[in-house]
Amino acid sequence: MGIRFVLLVNKQGQTRLAQYYAEHLTLDERRALEGEIVRKCLARTDQQCSFVEHRNYKIVYRRYASLFFLVGVDNDENELAILEFIHLFVETMDRHFGNVCELDIMFHLEKAHFMLEEMVMNGCIVETSKSNILMPIQLMDKAS
Amino acid sequence: RSEAPIPDPFWASLSSSSMAATSSAPSLVDTLFQRSLDDLIRSLRSSSSSSVLEAAAITRALDEIRREIRSPDLDTKAVALQKLTYLASLHHLDMSWAAFHALELLPSPSLPHPRVAYLAASLSFHPSSTDLLPLATHQLRKHLAPSPANTPALVAPALHVLALASSADLACHLAPDLLPILSGQSSNPLRPKAIATALRALAVCPDAAPVLFKPLVDCLSLSSEPSAVSAAVSAFCELALAAPDPSPYLPLAPEFYRLLVDSRNNWVLIKVLKIFARLAPLERRLAVRILDPVCQLLRRSPAKSVVFECIRTVLSSLSDHDSAVRLAVDKIKEFLASDDDLNLRYLGLQALAMLGPAYLWAVEESREVVIRSLNDTDTNIRHQALCLIMGMLRESNVVEICNLLFKYAMKSDPDFANEILDAVLATCGRNVYELIVDFDWYVSLLGEMARNPHCAKGDEIERQLVDIGLRVRDARPELVRVARDLLIDPALLGNPFLCRVLSAAAWVSGEYVESSRNLLELVETLLQPRTNLLSLLVRAVYIQAVFKVVTFSFISFIKQIQAFDTKSSADRNSAFENENDVATADKAVIFDSIDNNETIKHESLSHLLDFVETTVGPLSECDNVEIQERARNVLGLIHIIRETQYWDIVAEHELTRDKKISEIVELMEAAFSEELGPVSTNAQKRVTVPEDLILNENLSDLAEVLGDIDVTPCTSISFSLRCHHPTETKEDSAPVIEPSSLLAEHRKRHGLYYLPTEKDEVESNDYPLANEPLLAVSHVDDAKDIVKLTAQSFIPRKAKPTKPRPVVIRLDEGDGDSSSGLTMVKEFKDDLLSGAIRNVLLGNESKPSSSCDMSSDRTSRRGENDASNNNDLFSQPKESNALDGREHRKSSSRKSRHHTRHKEKNGSLGNEDIEETSHRHSTRSSRHQGRHKHRERGDAPPDVVSQEPVIQDFLL
Repeated sequence: MGIRFVLLVNKQGQTRLAQYYAEHLTLDERRALEGEIVRKCLARTDQQCSFVEHRNYKIVYRRYASLFFLVGVDNDENELAILEFIHLFVETMDRHFGNVCELDIMFHLEKAHFMLEEMVMNGCIVETSKSNILMPIQLMDKAS
Repeated sequence: RSEAPIPDPFWASLSSSSMAATSSAPSLVDTLFQRSLDDLIRSLRSSSSSSVLEAAAITRALDEIRREIRSPDLDTKAVALQKLTYLASLHHLDMSWAAFHALELLPSPSLPHPRVAYLAASLSFHPSSTDLLPLATHQLRKHLAPSPANTPALVAPALHVLALASSADLACHLAPDLLPILSGQSSNPLRPKAIATALRALAVCPDAAPVLFKPLVDCLSLSSEPSAVSAAVSAFCELALAAPDPSPYLPLAPEFYRLLVDSRNNWVLIKVLKIFARLAPLERRLAVRILDPVCQLLRRSPAKSVVFECIRTVLSSLSDHDSAVRLAVDKIKEFLASDDDLNLRYLGLQALAMLGPAYLWAVEESREVVIRSLNDTDTNIRHQALCLIMGMLRESNVVEICNLLFKYAMKSDPDFANEILDAVLATCGRNVYELIVDFDWYVSLLGEMARNPHCAKGDEIERQLVDIGLRVRDARPELVRVARDLLIDPALLGNPFLCRVLSAAAWVSGEYVESSRNLLELVETLLQPRTNLLSLLVRAVYIQAVFKVVTFSFISFIKQIQAFDTKSSADRNSAFENENDVATADKAVIFDSIDNNETIKHESLSHLLDFVETTVGPLSECDNVEIQERARNVLGLIHIIRETQYWDIVAEHELTRDKKISEIVELMEAAFSEELGPVSTNAQKRVTVPEDLILNENLSDLAEVLGDIDVTPCTSISFSLRCHHPTETKEDSAPVIEPSSLLAEHRKRHGLYYLPTEKDEVESNDYPLANEPLLAVSHVDDAKDIVKLTAQSFIPRKAKPTKPRPVVIRLDEGDGDSSSGLTMVKEFKDDLLSGAIRNVLLGNESKPSSSCDMSSDRTSRRGENDASNNNDLFSQPKESNALDGREHRKSSSRKSRHHTRHKEKNGSLGNEDIEETSHRHSTRSSRHQGRHKHRERGDAPPDVVSQEPVIQDFLL
C-alpha cells in the first residue's frame, strides 16, 4: 500500500485525527507508534527536511500553524508527491471551513474523515480535485 | 469560539438517577437529554487542564455512551456511536465492544445513520479483531447495488469499509457487487473508489481475480474519466510492486506506455514510472522503448516529484543505459545544488546512495556537496551524507577521509560525533580490517578517537585495539606507543566511557612490553594515584600489566648480563678469528639492539622494584579479590627476585652465577612466551577430547532419565545427580538409545553454554562419531588459519588473497536459507494472485480458479509456448526441439529465481537478462513463430487475443 496512515497532531503532541490503512495495529501499538513519531517529528525545526525514517515507514510531514500533518508511507513511495497530497488535503479543508484551524477539525472530525475518505482509499489516492472531494459533503450539508 | 461550561452537577444527578431507575436499559430521560458530540468535546476541553479531570470526564462519557447506545431510538444510538468514535480515535479507547451497535445502524433509511456506522467501522473493524462484518454482508450488498436511493454519499463509505476491513470470504462474496460500479458508466464518481476496493479484494482473495481484473484493465482505457485512470494506475502499481514476479503485468505494457507518453497528470506519471521500474528489468526491449519518454520527462517535466521518480526509475531499472544515467546524475546534482530546499537536497543524497558501487564516479563528482552536507542543520541529511561517504571509502582514500571525518567529529554535536565514530569504526573494522593498509595510522586514529570529548564508543575501540594487537604483529610498536599516550594522560582516567579503552591500553602495554621504550615510565603510569578512579576490574588489568613489565625487565636484565659475558668472550675470540665476519656481524646486531634499548642497569631495576613494592603493597590488602590476588602475585615475584643470592652485590656479572636465577628466568619466560592469537568462533571443534572421557557412555545414561520423565524441568539437574553415582554409570555401560538425540536435546535447552558451531547440524548431532575424523580435519583447518593469520599480520599491506571474504558470502547464504521459510508463505500467496492474473490476461479462464490449479498454472504462459511448440513438431521438428530445450531452461531459471527472489537485487536480474538475450538473438524468429501459433489458438476469449498481438508488436 502506498499510504499506510495519516495523522494529524497538534503542537502538544495530541492526536487530532488518525486513519490507518491496510495494516492492523492494536490500540497499544498505535499509541506507541504515534508517540514515537510525534517525539521524532515535533523535535525537528523548520530548517530540517520533511522526511523522517521510522521503523519500516517513511514519514512525510508538514506543519501548518499549530498542526502537524504526518503521513506514513512505504519506502518506495514518492515523498514529494505525498507532500503535494498533504497540501491538497489542507487546501481542501481550507476551502470548506474557511481558514481551517485545529478547532474546526476537532469539532468536525467526521467531516475531516469524509474528506480524507474521498481522497484516499485503501492507501491509494483516488481523487485530487477539490470540488469533487467536497461535493458529497456539500450535498449532505444542504440536505440537513 | 466561546465555550459555555456545561452544568456538570445537573448532568451528574440526572444520569445517576436514571442509573438507579433502570440499571441497564436506557430511559426516555437519556434520549431526551442526551449530550451531543459538541457537548462532549466542550466538556473534554474544559477538563483538559489536568489529566485526572480529563480521565474522569472520559469515564463518565463512556458510561453514558454504554447506556445510550442500547437505546431503541436510532438517533440516540447514532449520537452515542458518534461520541464513541470520537473518543476512540482521539483518546485511544477500545470500541470493539460497540461493533454490533454500529451494524444495527446500517439499515437505517436516514442517511447520517449508516454514515456514522460506516465511519465507526472503518476506524475500528479489522478481520483479525472483529468478525462481525460478515453479518452485514447483505446490507453492504444492498448499499452497493445500483439504485437511485444509493447516493454516492452512502456508497462511498461502504466501499471504504470494504477496502479497509474486508476478510477474504467477504471480499469474494462481494466482488461481483463491485462490477456494476467498476464497469458501469464512466462518469460514475464512485468508480475510482470501487477500483481501490477491488485492489483490496484482489489482495486478500486472489480467487476474485477472474471477476475483477478485466474491469480494472478497462478502467485504463482512453474513454475513462481521468480520476478513474489515476486510481486504476495506482492499483496496478500496488499490484506490480507487491507481486514477487511482475511478469503477468507485461501484457499491459502498451496501455502504460500510452499513459507515459500522453498523460499530463503527475500522479499518473509517477505511478506509471513505478510500474515500468518494475517491468523494465524483465524485458530488455521494454527498457529500450521507455528510455526516450523517460528521458524526455526527466528533461522537461516542471514537477520535481516526477523528475525524482524518473531519476529513481533510471537508477533502479535503466542503469545499463549510460546516457540516461548521465542525465539522471545531472538532475541529482541540480537537486543537491538547491540550497533553499532541504527536501530536494535530502532526496538528492538518497538518490546518490541508490547508485551502486559501479557508479562511484557519480558520487565522486558530487563529493564536495556530500562533504558539505555533513555540516547541515538537518540530522537526516547529515546521516545520509555520512552513509554516502562511508560508501566511498577505498583502500586508497581511507586515510584521508577518516582523518577528515575525525576532525569533523571533534567539532560536531555529541550525537553526531558518536555516529561518525561508529561509522568509521564499523567501516574500518569490516571484514577483518580489509580497508586498512596503514595500521600504524589506524591505531593512532583509534587513540585519537578515545580522546574525542564526546566519545561513547569505548567498547568498540577496546575490542579493536586488542584485536589488532592479536592479529597484526607489525602494528604492535605503534599500538604500544598509543597505549602509553592514553595511559599517561591523567585527564582520561575520570571518564567512565573510556574505562574500557584504558583497560585495553593497559593490556596491550603489558602484553607487548618488549616494544615499550621506557619501562619505568610505563610502571609509573600504570600505578599513578589517579588509577583509583577506575573500576576495580580495570585496575586488576593494570596490575597484571605491571606484573608483566616487572617480569620483562628482570628477564632482559639477566639476558643482558649473559649477553655481555658472551660478548666479552666473543670479543676475545674475535681477536683471534677475525675471518669469521658473518657470525660477528650477527652478534653485533643483537648487541646493538640491546645497547640501543636503553640498557637496564642494576640500580634502575632496583629502583623499579622498590617503586612497585611501595605502590602495590597497600593493594594486597584491597577487599576486591581480583586486585588483591594480582597485587600479591607482583609482590611475590619481587620477593623471589630479591631473595636470590647475589642480588645485593653490585657486581652485576655475579648474578648469572646463581642457578636459581636462571631457573626463574626460564620459568617466567615460559609463562609469557606463548603468543596469544584471535580465537575462531568455531574453536570448540578443535578441542581434543580427553582420552579418559567417554562421551558416549556418559550420555547414554541420560536416556532413561530423560525417557522416564518428560517433565524434567532442567536437564542439568539430572546431570549432576548422575555424577554423584559413578558406580551406576558402569552398570549401565550398554548404550540403549542413540545419544545424539539427547545431546541435541541438551544443546537445545542449554544452547547458551555451547560455543557456536558451523551450521551443519548433522555433525553436531552425531557427536562421538564426528569427533574422530574431525581431529584430522581440524589440523588442516588450523594450518589454514595460521596461514591466514600470518598473511594478515606479516603482509598486511595490500596482499589479501586469504581475506575471509568468501566465508562471509557463505554465511550470507546460510542466513538466507534460514529466513526463506518465512518469506515463502507470503510469496506463495502473492503467487496465487499473479497466477490468477496471468490466467485472466492470457486467457486460461476455462480452468477453475482453485488454489492448487493456480499454483500449477504459475508458468502457464511458458507451458503454452511449449504446447504450441509441440504442434510445430510435425512441420519443423528440429527447430522446435531446440526451442523446447530453451524454454525449459528458462522456466527452470525462473523457478530458481523465485526461490531466491528476496535476496536478489535488480542488478542481478539485469545480468540474467543480458545472458538470456544472447540466446534470444539466435532464436528470435523461431520464437516469434511459436508465439504466433499460440495466438491463433481459439480457446482464449476474443478480447484477450486482441491484446496479445498488441504487446508483441510493441515489444518487438
